[in-house]
Amino acid sequence: MSDDRRMLAETLRRYLSEQYGWDHRLRVAYQAPFHDPEKWAGMADLGLFHALVGEDRGGMGGSGFDIAVIFEEIGRALCPEPVLGAVMAARLLSATGTPLTALLSGETRYAVAIGELDAPYDLDGIACRADRTGDGWRLTGRKSVVYGGGVADRLLVAARANGQIALFDLAAAEADLHPYAMIDGGPAAEVLLEDTPATPILPAAQAALSDALDWGALALSAEALGAMEATSAALIDYLGTRKQFGQPIGTFQALQHRAVDLTIDIEQARSIVILAASAMGTPVQAKRVAQAKHLVGRVARKLAEEAIQMHGGIAMTWEYPVSHYAKRLVMIDHQLGDSDHHLGRLIETLQTA
Amino acid sequence: MDLDYSPQERAFQADLRDFLAEHLPRDIAAKVTARREVSKDDMERWHAILNARGWLAGSWPKAFGGEGWGPIEQHVFEEECCLAGAPRIVPFGVKMLGPVLMQFGTPEQQADLLPRILDGTDWWCQGYSEPGAGSDLASLKTRADRDGDHYVINGQKTWTTLGQYANRIFCLVRTKVDGKPQEGISFVLVDLDSPGIEMRPIRLIEGGYEVNEVFFTDVRVPVANLVGAENEGWTIAKFLLGHERTNIAGVGFSVQALEQVKSLARQITRNGRPLIQNTLFAARLARIEAELDAMKITNLRMLARAAQGGRLGAEPSMLKIKGTEIRQAINDLARRALGPAAAPFPSEDLDGNLSIAPEGHAHDAASYFNNRKISIYGGSNEIQRNILAKGMMAR
Ligand SMILES: Cc1cc2nc3c(=O)[nH]c(=O)nc-3n(C[C@H](O)[C@H](O)[C@H](O)COP(=O)(O)OP(=O)(O)OC[C@H]3O[C@@H](n4cnc5c(N)ncnc54)[C@H](O)[C@@H]3O)c2cc1C
Repeated sequence: MSDDRRMLAETLRRYLSEQYGWDHRLRVAYQAPFHDPEKWAGMADLGLFHALVGEDRGGMGGSGFDIAVIFEEIGRALCPEPVLGAVMAARLLSATGTPLTALLSGETRYAVAIGELDAPYDLDGIACRADRTGDGWRLTGRKSVVYGGGVADRLLVAARANGQIALFDLAAAEADLHPYAMIDGGPAAEVLLEDTPATPILPAAQAALSDALDWGALALSAEALGAMEATSAALIDYLGTRKQFGQPIGTFQALQHRAVDLTIDIEQARSIVILAASAMGTPVQAKRVAQAKHLVGRVARKLAEEAIQMHGGIAMTWEYPVSHYAKRLVMIDHQLGDSDHHLGRLIETLQTA
Repeated sequence: MDLDYSPQERAFQADLRDFLAEHLPRDIAAKVTARREVSKDDMERWHAILNARGWLAGSWPKAFGGEGWGPIEQHVFEEECCLAGAPRIVPFGVKMLGPVLMQFGTPEQQADLLPRILDGTDWWCQGYSEPGAGSDLASLKTRADRDGDHYVINGQKTWTTLGQYANRIFCLVRTKVDGKPQEGISFVLVDLDSPGIEMRPIRLIEGGYEVNEVFFTDVRVPVANLVGAENEGWTIAKFLLGHERTNIAGVGFSVQALEQVKSLARQITRNGRPLIQNTLFAARLARIEAELDAMKITNLRMLARAAQGGRLGAEPSMLKIKGTEIRQAINDLARRALGPAAAPFPSEDLDGNLSIAPEGHAHDAASYFNNRKISIYGGSNEIQRNILAKGMMAR
């Protein structure tokens, strides 16, 4: 890992633990607008968004490892800020040659609207329609569970135009937005489009969208890693301190072996994320990302369930942080393709090879 | 082996179906099947309807106002109720304290308290667990010190399910501090409006409130409220835990929930194809269905043994482990099936006009998280495995 990258990760970790503490997190994650604009600006000042983008586009990072270290910190702090949209938007805007200045400064928040209820993870089923009218383009359709949608300034929308999937840019204010919180905290929205004016920025966007989805999936996998490390640290600590039958419950072999298995699983998850990060921009990017999201999805859910079980009742409470980590870990599998979806992609590559 | 119910049992099942079709309020069933919160009023209404038919406490002996059902009838009743979307009978009075009073209570206690359970005058809750006494219940510290013809209670109980609705609590308290921990415990009944009691809600993982902490400061309780002998509460606790574990397999819940997931998987489409045609998802469904079908028979085999008067040893623990695992796996499938539509924090707005999840499924993720509890409470699955192992190795 380069020094710059390590420094940014450490700075971000400190910022989140000092400025985005646990009580603050809980309040922000479940109270409209479900994120904190001030802290978002603070994170921009740290150079967070510059780290998402390569030097050729005005940033100072943009490698798979840059994304991974940042999202690991976001996961560790369970930070609900909608940075995912920025990662994906940066890829899409780069593919179109659009200037990134406002994204890099944190001034403009982007949300990427690809998924629909019938086609939550893939591009083939997109039904949202783009029609050419006298002076421009108009979009009609519905984008569901758009992460960060409720707090975005601009939306990048994938829609069907002239028989192919194209990418459009519009001011969020133009759409009929219905914001809400997610069960694991943080903002999302339903985006209703009806003859909504939008600017086409990429007519044949299939490849760029797939690429953006890959980068998003890498970010989420790394976020899960951070949340897993925090959860597992809390679990091991609890096993050592909670006493029943006159001894720490960590002395019961029935729990020890399970905790050990989880630790092995997390090491495996870390390795697959490293492998995926190293593959970004290479011909095996899609396969590595699918492997990462699949494996991380499995491990994350197992860890979430086991951590609650081995804590006993305490981890069933809102008050105890592990319950919120567990929710995030499980719900990451609902974003940008669950473990079955990515397993399906892997099966296809095996069968067509 | 006969895998079907007897003609009498089938007639009973048919009666039950008619009764449920006619008397189970639609609005309550709708909430239950959508996994939404059932209010205190809903539960009281349903208890009263069952009580009017004499079925609230069907397994109680006739002498105490029940029907004297055996294990199979009890099972048929619970299964049909689940399938119809009836709310669970709140167990604390009917399933827990009732049997305890019949076994250990004085005739006065029986005459006074049992009718009040049936007619809904009393809503009981269970004060066993404490912050430091979970799996190791015998280490409980809440003290009851004798002062004339009163006990004075000091300490804290926790995890008190639905305590916010209750007017009374049955507690395990320490009446003797020396000797083996099991030997100084007593079982007492406490009015929740006694001075010195404070109840505070605990919010659970998915955002709901169903459990509480209860604080006791110099709470005076008449000695007449002791059930059984002083310092012999542990025997009662063990007796009661056996009762708590009836219907622990929850087959009815699982059958109902699995049917819902199947219909969900037919409703939801992915790129125009029903989810059920996705091989990976269908494989998950098929696997659980096989497990559940096996569970039905495992459950019935064990019930048949109990009905023939065989002593139940390991069976309740097996049923608890497998039954809760299957229920949780079904909850997992429902959440999974929704994909991103599982993500929203449930709210009125999302239930109604925005309808991201198909009708009745907006709470599936919340209920997946909430149901992590079923492998923890009533003796965690690890504790059940310890019990099984002890039994198996003791030959
Ligand atoms: C939603 C909910 C409702 C509840 N309702 C009630 C109620 O109404 N009234 C009431 O009195 N109680 C209630 N309980 C309490 C419940 O019975 C306890 O949570 C349960 O007994 C476990 O205790 P604990 O939470 O303290 O976990 P602990 O006992 O601290 O256990 C922590 C972990 O260690 C494991 N463990 C402990 N000992 C061993 C061992 N010897 N070998 C292997 N593993 C072990 C456990 O299985 C668990 O995984 C409720 C709990 C919940 C979550």
